[in-house]
Amino acid sequence: MTQARSASFVGNPVVVPTASDRPVLKERGQREVFCGLTGIVWLHRKIQDAFFLIIGSRTCAHLMQSAAGVMIFAEPRFGTAIIDERDLAGLADANEELDRVVERLLSRRRDIKMLFLVGSCPSEVIKLDLSRAAERLSREYAPDVRVLNYSGSGIETTFTEGEDACLEALVPDLPAAADDAPANLLVVGTLADIVEDQFRRLFAAAGIDQVDFFPPRRARELPEIGNHTRVILAQPFLTATVRALESRGASLVPAPIPLGIEGTDAWLRAAAGAMGADLNQLEAAIAPARKRSEAAVARIRPELEGKRVFFMPDSQLEIPLARFLAREMGVHLIEVGTPYLNRRLMAEELALLPDVQLSEGQDVERQLDRVEAANPDLTICGMGLANPLEARGMPTKWSIEFVFTPIQGFDQAGDLAALFARPLGRRGRLAFGGEEAVACN
Amino acid sequence: MQLTVWTYEAPPHVGAMRVATAMKGVHYVLHAPQGDTYADLLFTMIARQKTRPPVTYTTFQARDLGGDTADLFQQAVSDAYERFAPEAMLVGASCTAELIQDDPGGLAEGLALPVPVVPLELPAYQKKENWGAGETFYQIVRRLADRDIRPSPREGRAPRCNILGPCAMGFRHRDDVTEITRLLGLMGIEINLVAPEGASPRDIVSIGNADFNVVLYPEIAQSAAKWLEREFNQPMTTTVPIGHGATTDFLEEVAGLAKTVVPLSLRSEAASRMPWYSTSVDSHYLTGKRVFIFGDGTHVLAAERIAREEMGFDVVGIGTYSRELAKPIRKAAAALGIEPLISDDYLEVEAAIQECQPELVLGTQMERHIAKRLGIGCAVISAPVHVQDFPARYSPVMGFEGANVLFDTLVHPLVMGLEEHLLGMFREDFEFNDTAQPSHLAAHSPAAHMPEPSAISVGAPSNDDGPAWDNDAEKELKKIPFFVRGKARRNTEMFAVEHAITTITVETLYDAKAHYSR
Repeated sequence: MTQARSASFVGNPVVVPTASDRPVLKERGQREVFCGLTGIVWLHRKIQDAFFLIIGSRTCAHLMQSAAGVMIFAEPRFGTAIIDERDLAGLADANEELDRVVERLLSRRRDIKMLFLVGSCPSEVIKLDLSRAAERLSREYAPDVRVLNYSGSGIETTFTEGEDACLEALVPDLPAAADDAPANLLVVGTLADIVEDQFRRLFAAAGIDQVDFFPPRRARELPEIGNHTRVILAQPFLTATVRALESRGASLVPAPIPLGIEGTDAWLRAAAGAMGADLNQLEAAIAPARKRSEAAVARIRPELEGKRVFFMPDSQLEIPLARFLAREMGVHLIEVGTPYLNRRLMAEELALLPDVQLSEGQDVERQLDRVEAANPDLTICGMGLANPLEARGMPTKWSIEFVFTPIQGFDQAGDLAALFARPLGRRGRLAFGGEEAVACN
Repeated sequence: MQLTVWTYEAPPHVGAMRVATAMKGVHYVLHAPQGDTYADLLFTMIARQKTRPPVTYTTFQARDLGGDTADLFQQAVSDAYERFAPEAMLVGASCTAELIQDDPGGLAEGLALPVPVVPLELPAYQKKENWGAGETFYQIVRRLADRDIRPSPREGRAPRCNILGPCAMGFRHRDDVTEITRLLGLMGIEINLVAPEGASPRDIVSIGNADFNVVLYPEIAQSAAKWLEREFNQPMTTTVPIGHGATTDFLEEVAGLAKTVVPLSLRSEAASRMPWYSTSVDSHYLTGKRVFIFGDGTHVLAAERIAREEMGFDVVGIGTYSRELAKPIRKAAAALGIEPLISDDYLEVEAAIQECQPELVLGTQMERHIAKRLGIGCAVISAPVHVQDFPARYSPVMGFEGANVLFDTLVHPLVMGLEEHLLGMFREDFEFNDTAQPSHLAAHSPAAHMPEPSAISVGAPSNDDGPAWDNDAEKELKKIPFFVRGKARRNTEMFAVEHAITTITVETLYDAKAHYSR
């Protein structure tokens, strides 16, 4: 994936605004991030008739139940086929074993219409060919169940790149649009259902009816794609998916991510522009939502204004979130870390982001030294790091919350601001400081 | 390959992390791919620990696999040594690193660090978390214990013991240690050390300074304790003090090893409130409640005895995911005349509970999911742990206070005495519907409608070819409280099949009830 990524730059020269030429601190060391398997936590709820079967180890299974907000209180539509020593020693034929597991699974869950075989670190290292397995199983279970594969392994993917890999795997299944089909807008990246509905209403009011969302809510509702498809990103981490969509003829609409009022406004305008919609009609359609979101955000701004915020790298949402905080909430950014910086997809974001230390990759120990030295008012970080910082009196916010909380669009801009404000507000309410902490372990 | 929805145990390297995190002055360097750092959150989030686990991961990625991952590992070990200055280090591999065979032990040895380095071989594709914790603790003790340190002669001093087994991320270990330390103190016994929890490598060096070992959690401490028994002539306790009776037996065993006597106050039935609470008339409704018990070996064995001897329940199902403790569980099951379930397959456990139709499940957080779906009460008595298993209050399950805690825990999910009668008497009361939970649980009970067990079966027999229910019989069945309705349905259908009845009427329902009545 890494190699292919660089290739995409060669193939698609883009003019980057000077703002994105800014220096980036690149670090190598311990990376305290989730692997791409974690994407299943929200994807399995988004696509309601899909099941995600990880081919991996007990570690993968354990990660999934631990990362899923401690545990999910409904039977999940994901599971793990745990590789054991018999599979490794060649005593059992891995493909036969996989067939047996899939058979048990599908006979138990007849509601499943799409099955993803998800590769993991161990399955990659032993070079288990899941694409052939997926083809074979797809033939076997056609037409009831479609079987696809992708890798969510930690050696290939970081956290949200799991969604990227999943959507990339889905792209070849998208039906081709006719050559003379009207232009359609494809919104790419998982959004909460309620946010999709809001966007759909806004687009409709602006006269844009040909709108599809990807991933779809049901596996069989795949949108058409072709030369007239305009792709706009709802999430920033979709490098490979964009490449796959472009190879099917679609074109990417450059836009910031629809976070905050400014981001949402620019995003809607970019979409409308690409679809040839009447911008006056768009303005009329979005003005009421923008107005009320301004009021909502303004109410929270005093709680965040002037606060110093540090982003640890996690989801690739860091840059758009930081841009929102800096420009709309008056936050002072200390460092904005991202696990991977795609300068092309982030060009519009980087153009808006004020001057700040950007970092890519991670050496967690050194980065925590910087957090310590800066003593931020708020640190956005992964789940494993949060409580140790809280215990030292440094308020935190879990970065994973931004991935599966409805935060995009006008009507969520206030909620987004509130997510950042809550840890600070809580400190203000409590009589405790939480600072002398470390002793009581 | 095994299909897993939920897993009861983490991989073995997480067991090693639990030991490293419990101890002081130890650092663990784990050769592991990016993503395996998720395990930190078990400690910082679930157990709310205030510091990160003392673990450094190499977090290699695909691009590193082409290069020198061995180099990466060595660098990580030197960096960790420099930054954290531990008294001892542990080195090992997680599942993926095991496949690339870099030999962490040999690589770390090559660095010739000035502190003991304990290499861990934890086969990730065969073994699991508890084994990993036990093996790690054993290797640490073996490596660090000074064989020349032995207790002085017993004359003129108090007896002395080690408390072995308490660990990070353990089910109520934090409070169990407090309770057991208190009881041992009342017996006049000194504690040489508690390990792994709170012990430093230097403490482990003088582990031989105790007369005997108290083994609280055999899953974690048994192999180390057996080695100490062999090499240091330190005898060990074998009774796990969970429940009133087991605590009493444990104290007698300790007294034997310590060559002392149990004080009268600790031999009385009044040592905990549980004997009286359970004897009191308010508890009569507990008699014969059908319970299904599942969890780790230690807690299941203890719960079985408590359920039978101290609560007056009927144990209708028993099982464990701890293969290491399968033997004693089989023995307990044989004494009950039932078939034990030795499995870590959540789906199998689910099917077994459905089959048993218990009135109460004593299990783990996983069984809580199952019980919730089936509309059965459930008390959590064992790991795997959840954030709720680290209560803010003092809440041991060991010792006499633990017996009190368990009494409350086991009673809490049940529909209480007279309330149960009212539910049975007035089925048609509009507030006594199937979604009405015991009144004392209403504040946090799921509001969702509980489907009837047989309606959501996982491969349970459908009655496609079985006898049909006529309308009146179906209505009558609904008058039976939901927590026993599934059982009544199954019994009636079984009775109908045996008697070649094709249509079940109200009469068939009562014939079956009489047939199966105890």
